[in-house]
Amino acid sequence: MTWTNVIVQGILFGGFYALFACGLSLLFGVMRIINLAHGDIAVVAGYTAVFLVPHLHIAEVWGFVVVVPIFALVGYVLQRTLLQAALDRSPLTTLLVTFGLSVLIENLLLEIYTANGQSVNIGSLIGNSWQVNSVIYVSWFQLVVLIVAVAVLGVLQVYLSKTNTGRLIRAVSDDREAAQICGANYRHIFGIAAAIAVATVALAGISYGILTELTPTTGGSQVLLYAFEAVVIGGIGSLWGTLIGGILLGVAQQIGAHYNPAYQVLAGHVLFLAILALRPQGLFGKKEALT
Amino acid sequence: MSALLDVEDLVVHHGQLCAVDDVSLHVAEGEVLAVVGANGAGKSTLLRTIAGLHRPSAGVVHFAGEDVSRLGAHERVRRGISLVPEGRRLFRSLTLEENLLVGAHKALTGSFDIPAVYEIFPWMRERRRASVAQFSGGEQQAVAIGRALVANPRVLMLDEVSLGLAPIVIERIYEVIPSIVAQGVAVLLVEQDVSQGLKVAHRVHCLLEGRTSLEGRPDELSARDIEEAYFGADLHHSQPGGPS
Amino acid sequence: MSATLVPDVGRTVVRANYHPATLVGGSVVVAAFFSAAPWILPAAWVSVLNNFFLLLILATMWNLLAGYAGMVSIGQQGFIGLGSYALLYLALKGMNPFAAIPLAALVAGVIAVPVTFLLFRLRGGYFSVATWVVADSAMLVILSISYLGGGTGRPMPGLTSLSPTEYNHDSYLATWLTALVVSVGTYLLLRSRLGLVLASMRDSETAARSSGAKVTSTRRWIFVIAAMGCGAAGAVLAISQPFVQPGNAFNINWLAEMLFATIIGGIGTVEGPIIGTIVYFVLYQTLQGLGAWYLIIFGALAVAVALWQPGGVWGLVRDKTRFELLPVGYRVREK
Repeated sequence: MTWTNVIVQGILFGGFYALFACGLSLLFGVMRIINLAHGDIAVVAGYTAVFLVPHLHIAEVWGFVVVVPIFALVGYVLQRTLLQAALDRSPLTTLLVTFGLSVLIENLLLEIYTANGQSVNIGSLIGNSWQVNSVIYVSWFQLVVLIVAVAVLGVLQVYLSKTNTGRLIRAVSDDREAAQICGANYRHIFGIAAAIAVATVALAGISYGILTELTPTTGGSQVLLYAFEAVVIGGIGSLWGTLIGGILLGVAQQIGAHYNPAYQVLAGHVLFLAILALRPQGLFGKKEALT
Repeated sequence: MSALLDVEDLVVHHGQLCAVDDVSLHVAEGEVLAVVGANGAGKSTLLRTIAGLHRPSAGVVHFAGEDVSRLGAHERVRRGISLVPEGRRLFRSLTLEENLLVGAHKALTGSFDIPAVYEIFPWMRERRRASVAQFSGGEQQAVAIGRALVANPRVLMLDEVSLGLAPIVIERIYEVIPSIVAQGVAVLLVEQDVSQGLKVAHRVHCLLEGRTSLEGRPDELSARDIEEAYFGADLHHSQPGGPS
Repeated sequence: MSATLVPDVGRTVVRANYHPATLVGGSVVVAAFFSAAPWILPAAWVSVLNNFFLLLILATMWNLLAGYAGMVSIGQQGFIGLGSYALLYLALKGMNPFAAIPLAALVAGVIAVPVTFLLFRLRGGYFSVATWVVADSAMLVILSISYLGGGTGRPMPGLTSLSPTEYNHDSYLATWLTALVVSVGTYLLLRSRLGLVLASMRDSETAARSSGAKVTSTRRWIFVIAAMGCGAAGAVLAISQPFVQPGNAFNINWLAEMLFATIIGGIGTVEGPIIGTIVYFVLYQTLQGLGAWYLIIFGALAVAVALWQPGGVWGLVRDKTRFELLPVGYRVREK
């Protein structure tokens, strides 16, 4: 029964990791780049929810309704300015610039808000849980996050396959130049993809801030690494693979933590390295996606 | 004469290399101009520059009386310039119909829409949900032409549409050009295969190492004129190694 | 060798636009000065120089990785940490810490070998993040070993017999000599056959592969060498602290500093890391007491340089003057 609980808790954490990962996966699919500041943006969104939303006189649980659209805009603007400029230079520049951005964000947060942890407060709602039996309990909030993650991935899937803009995003990621001569402004399309990516990771950041504490370094050492591991475990280029990857990562971490809390993160890393050794294309990925 | 497309003194560089050197040409509505030349003569670069994929170092591209030289490729599509690029360049993860939908998403109003393309290539209708990655070269070429047509261009540029295709397939592709021209569309096509270009073209423009070496109507030009313009006028008495 | 490619007898092929003896002579004078530094400079300066050479080692290694071999590692702090802890372990086992520095570097290098087999399955940005996962894993493993002090760390043993002055001198000399070995070694490496392969990979990996260059094994060598360099830096860091703690040894700020210094100085040039390290220390000394602001300003500068002056400071100087201080290639000179 204890093991069932370990698995259940792991799956619940998997919802967060899938939400962390889907923007990273989308941007890589569209532009072939990794935004190393991906996790730090999530933390900034969480801090925005902590420090801005209390001034807005709305119930704190609805803070994301304000913050997520702001971050969609932030993503669009960031892409059209800094990231596009880097992309125009080279993939190397993109890595350097996004790493620089990551260090800037972390140290600015450190300077302004100190290294103390910050939590997004949603009042007593966080404490609600559903006790299945004597050992298994399910936190309502975590269950909601898992459902939201599945919903976000589902909506994204439908958006990419059925809508006009989604089709253009796929066209641009297939062949940027060919999309241009079909009348698509690829920079604008990149901007839209970045807006989606940043909005989803902002949502993830706020949710993570509700569940636990955010510190200036949470973005790099946790959000980015977990998102990345979820993507690689599930298979680069597969949205549903990312969900499974996130869940497996969550389960691995909970199994590690079950033996010793200090092994929680390490167990996730070990799963990632094992996948890299045994099945580098990931569980649901195609081999070509690696090159 | 006031042409639809007017290219004046165009110079294009690839890094140090001058790919197009002071080329001028014009195409009128309903006219077919064939640009011929050997491999590396600058034909593709010329078309890509007109489409807006390369920035010229000098010269202007006028389209319907407007200077479009500074517009991006996607903005030129909205003016009525469409390119069928060398190597087809289809969206490989999209279905046939999705490829056409992307082609049509910024279309001008006109007689070509997706059903019209299915009229021209009837086999497409039943395979519209198939992924284009598995199509044969000829089928892919037809989709590439369809994708450009559904934008309702006023000038359609075809870059090496015959490359790598069997003669019978090439013939079928070229069969559709008259029906496109009949709608008043200007066609600017690039061919390495001179005879193919001569068959459909109203006028021929020959490029040699980035420069115009000959232009005129196919019936005015002798085979020898064209051969010299294609390979270089000093073909028969030049030293190995070529100019420079 | 390339003289045959230049048929015109009016030209010669040379490396530098100054006499080779100048390079050797100049290097000897510089080396002598820094070796004598503890006796001729104030103690505070020597301590700054110690940190300077530490960062110079790191920047040189990161430049070799990213600038020459195209591997943007963001996990070099892992090898710094492994070097520190390897030295701690050897010292705990009774070895003289100074004598154990090369061994600590070797440990980092040996660990890097299997790591490359995993990491080289990923490319570009995925490779980068994976290097960080490896670094984080290394730290988590060390954290769980109580013999090595766990999360709180342990003081470096084997140094108590030294007087404070002796300790200061010796730890500086260890850092300086390590920096010397790393710099000269990297310079000679870039002038060797391996350097030639790196140059061809940088121009076109496909072309290098098809002309028979062993691209993957060259990358593997470079990754292992960079791990050893960072391991050595970690070892001298452990001596100069002299306390080994995971939060410091595995700190991602080491990575930020080596990366920013390389970009600002000029990535892909031998001189770049030196210039960048100097810029870093000028900023660091100027902004002392302002907390993390030096890193924020340094990072903003690096982002600006990467976007608008990708050759860095040295690239700018070289383009303007065509002067190379430490040439690795050849040039054709008119007689």
